Amino acid sequence: MNYFPDEVIEHIFDSIASHRDRNSISLVCKSWHKIERCSRKKVFIGNCYAIDPERLIGRFPCLKSLTLKGKPHFADFNLVPHEWGGFVHPWIDALARARVGLEELRLKRMVVSDESLELLSRSFANFKSLVLVSCEGFTTDGLASIAANCRHLRELDLQENEIDDHRGQWLNCFPDSCITLTSLNFACLKGETNLAALERLVARSPNLKSLKVNRAVPLDALTRLMSCAPQLVDLGVGSYENEPDPESFAKLSAAINKCTSLRCLSGFSEVAPRCLPAFYPICQNLISLNLSYAAEIQGNHLIKFIQFCKRLQRLWILDSIGDKGLEVVASACKELQELRVFPSDLHGEEDNDAAVTEVGLVAISAGCRKLHSILYFCKQMTNAALITVAKNCPNFIRFRLCILEPNKPDHITSQSLDEGFGAIVQACKGLRRLSVSGLLTDKVFLYIGMYAEQLEMLSIAFAGDTDQGMLYVLNGCKKLRKLEIRDSPFGNAALLADVEKYETMRSLWMSSCDVTLGGCKRLARDAPWLNVEIINENESNGMEQNEEDEREKVDRLYLYRTVVGTRKDAPSCVTIL
Amino acid sequence: MCPEEELQSNVSVASSSPTSNCISRNTAGGGLKEHNYLGLSDCSSVGSSTLSGLAEDDKATISLKATELTLGLPGPQSPARDTDLNLLSPAKLDEKTFFPLLPSKDEICSSSQKNIALGNKRGFSDAMDQFSEAKSSVYTEKNWMFPEVAATQSVTKKEVPQNIPKGQSITTNNSSSPPAAKAQIVGWPPVRSYRKNTLATTCKNSDEVDGKPGSGALFVKVSMDGAPYLRKVDLRSYTNYGELSSALEKMFTTFTLGQCGTNGATGKDMLSETKLKDLLNGKDYVLTYEDKDGDWMLVGDVPWEMFIDVCKKLKIMKGCDAIGLAPRAMEKSKMRA
Repeated sequence: MNYFPDEVIEHIFDSIASHRDRNSISLVCKSWHKIERCSRKKVFIGNCYAIDPERLIGRFPCLKSLTLKGKPHFADFNLVPHEWGGFVHPWIDALARARVGLEELRLKRMVVSDESLELLSRSFANFKSLVLVSCEGFTTDGLASIAANCRHLRELDLQENEIDDHRGQWLNCFPDSCITLTSLNFACLKGETNLAALERLVARSPNLKSLKVNRAVPLDALTRLMSCAPQLVDLGVGSYENEPDPESFAKLSAAINKCTSLRCLSGFSEVAPRCLPAFYPICQNLISLNLSYAAEIQGNHLIKFIQFCKRLQRLWILDSIGDKGLEVVASACKELQELRVFPSDLHGEEDNDAAVTEVGLVAISAGCRKLHSILYFCKQMTNAALITVAKNCPNFIRFRLCILEPNKPDHITSQSLDEGFGAIVQACKGLRRLSVSGLLTDKVFLYIGMYAEQLEMLSIAFAGDTDQGMLYVLNGCKKLRKLEIRDSPFGNAALLADVEKYETMRSLWMSSCDVTLGGCKRLARDAPWLNVEIINENESNGMEQNEEDEREKVDRLYLYRTVVGTRKDAPSCVTIL
Repeated sequence: MCPEEELQSNVSVASSSPTSNCISRNTAGGGLKEHNYLGLSDCSSVGSSTLSGLAEDDKATISLKATELTLGLPGPQSPARDTDLNLLSPAKLDEKTFFPLLPSKDEICSSSQKNIALGNKRGFSDAMDQFSEAKSSVYTEKNWMFPEVAATQSVTKKEVPQNIPKGQSITTNNSSSPPAAKAQIVGWPPVRSYRKNTLATTCKNSDEVDGKPGSGALFVKVSMDGAPYLRKVDLRSYTNYGELSSALEKMFTTFTLGQCGTNGATGKDMLSETKLKDLLNGKDYVLTYEDKDGDWMLVGDVPWEMFIDVCKKLKIMKGCDAIGLAPRAMEKSKMRA
């Protein structure tokens, strides 16, 4: 390859998109490293504290797209204090000062401020795409700056963010000259929407393929929007609360019928069930359906709808669909690849038979042979069911099972679920992500360590008996990148057994386990390239050096490899050892 | 915040192995306890954590089902509480008292029994928070007839729903009304807070926006005897009773015409405001509303501004059913003034 001029090699590298492959390429030799780094357009940073913006820009001066992830995954479940960190501002600031030609920014679990958004909007003339997932800290004023200043904006995708809605006119801030929008998703905004501004915006965006509105967009407005955007591929519906009169219903149906390109449907947070049939004509085209926020649609309506969706590949649904509903899915949706069943009753107050059980899971596995990703919240499970599922679907890449009650055993045999999960890891040789639940002993971790060779992410809660469990995993799963554990009896012995392992991993989270402060301190000493963070909201920052503390169990531990040492923006509830 | 502090394993868990009992009995003092990870491997005490607030002895006397580990609440809010209903809940489930205003047709009453359960999945303390929960019950197909059912404050418990679909059971305000001694595991089940918050507020928001001044629409439901489904109107889009009445006329014309018999065929476009008012105010129908206290009043007694402030629901009732409402309305407005 040394005989080729750099431009040729660069051209070859251009066809390689995966960042992992490009990381590998850059390790081959110095010249490849140089060519690769100068031609890299997209950079993915899984932990924003593993590296700093200056080094990023130093290595990849031509980057156009940056993906950053901030808080650890368990922040989703309120286990990480708000002020923990993950601020995007320093990144935007550094990129702006270095005049990087940023075009796309994708953030997950980061803290974004209006100032950051304003700076972003003003600093990058060619900025095209902003995707924010589970972020917080900004308001619609920030969105207004993006709308107003990003002349070439194509994509504004806000997924499940906590946004302070100032009920302002941010939609009005898109200039009339803005006609390049391809994707607009503001479903998570809680306030009102200027419908007129939205309609004008949609009308002048002929390339708009994806539109997801918030619940403040009622039925008649939606009808008008769809009428001027029949090219839509992805639609997120707002609210449908009024029962439509026949005329409105007819108009809606007409508009829907014209959207022949529609493939993805979501939203429906407030729905009068009678409106759902308006979408029946396009069911057969749908490949993605997200009804997981449609709490008001009863199971039978869901079933009626889904049975027409023969081409469905992705389905996100609430457990109100029931086992019966899943059986219908299994017989109708033969192309299904990804299924997520969320709990509708989040407070365990229901004693209902309508939620899902192992019966539904088995039915899905039997009917949907192409299934490779599943997230399943259920009340109960059996080993037999899991073994059957493993036999039916050996192609799982992601298998996340959450039995709502911690430590619940096989409800028929009262045994632990070790064998069931063991069957899953043994059969699914390509498994990359696994979440376990129910009553589990160390044995399940032995199985995981033995069989889950491709496993990259493992989530454990209320499981295991001794340190040995965690050791099985650390020793066995060679490709493990993220390990998150809560409320399990793993302590210092497991934590400290193989310190080098953490260099191969992105991060480790342990909360309500048995690791002590002393153990964490020792780890921090032995591995200076790790940031070992102790999160403890109740205590002050000053850690007194007495023996009592060393034996104190650590409430929350989060450690991650980093090349830039201790971060400077940690709040007082976080101690970095 | 230490999750362990929230775990009080003083309840024996029916579903786990017998050895778990010994752990629970260790909590003689109640409250925070050491978690025994090293000993009894089959019964992680962490698991038996979510039921709290009741002493062990109390728990022992409750049925096995009630001690089964759930993520819910002890006492009136736990599953299978229908058997405990009469003991624990001050409000009795007496269907007859729920239908003071309905025409007493047997079929309606019997079908309503199922519908009582709708939207009433919370315990009595949630019912005390009233209307947000009550309103969610109206979102069923057949429920338009019974807004007053859900609205009645005494509606608390429901019988175990037979065919009530899961989707209806999402009522709201759990975040706003923490029942006594609710000890949930932090961050469990592992559902994103965004999702939890959105689902929790879905039903609440479906009826009305926060009554912030100038904050836009104020939707209330309008139902009518004999109509197959209900409508919604935005009270803020009218400035007086006359406008409201003509809007309702337009909405419910088709139904009133059906009732009017001979007026029907040709009268649709020409039905005047006065005619509906005649219908509404005459013998046939009256317009009533449910106020913040859950009482049903005749529309028109209080000043418009006060009316939109207190009106939660509208109902076009048959005149014969509305007898007796007027006096209350007058008293109430006097009390408020």
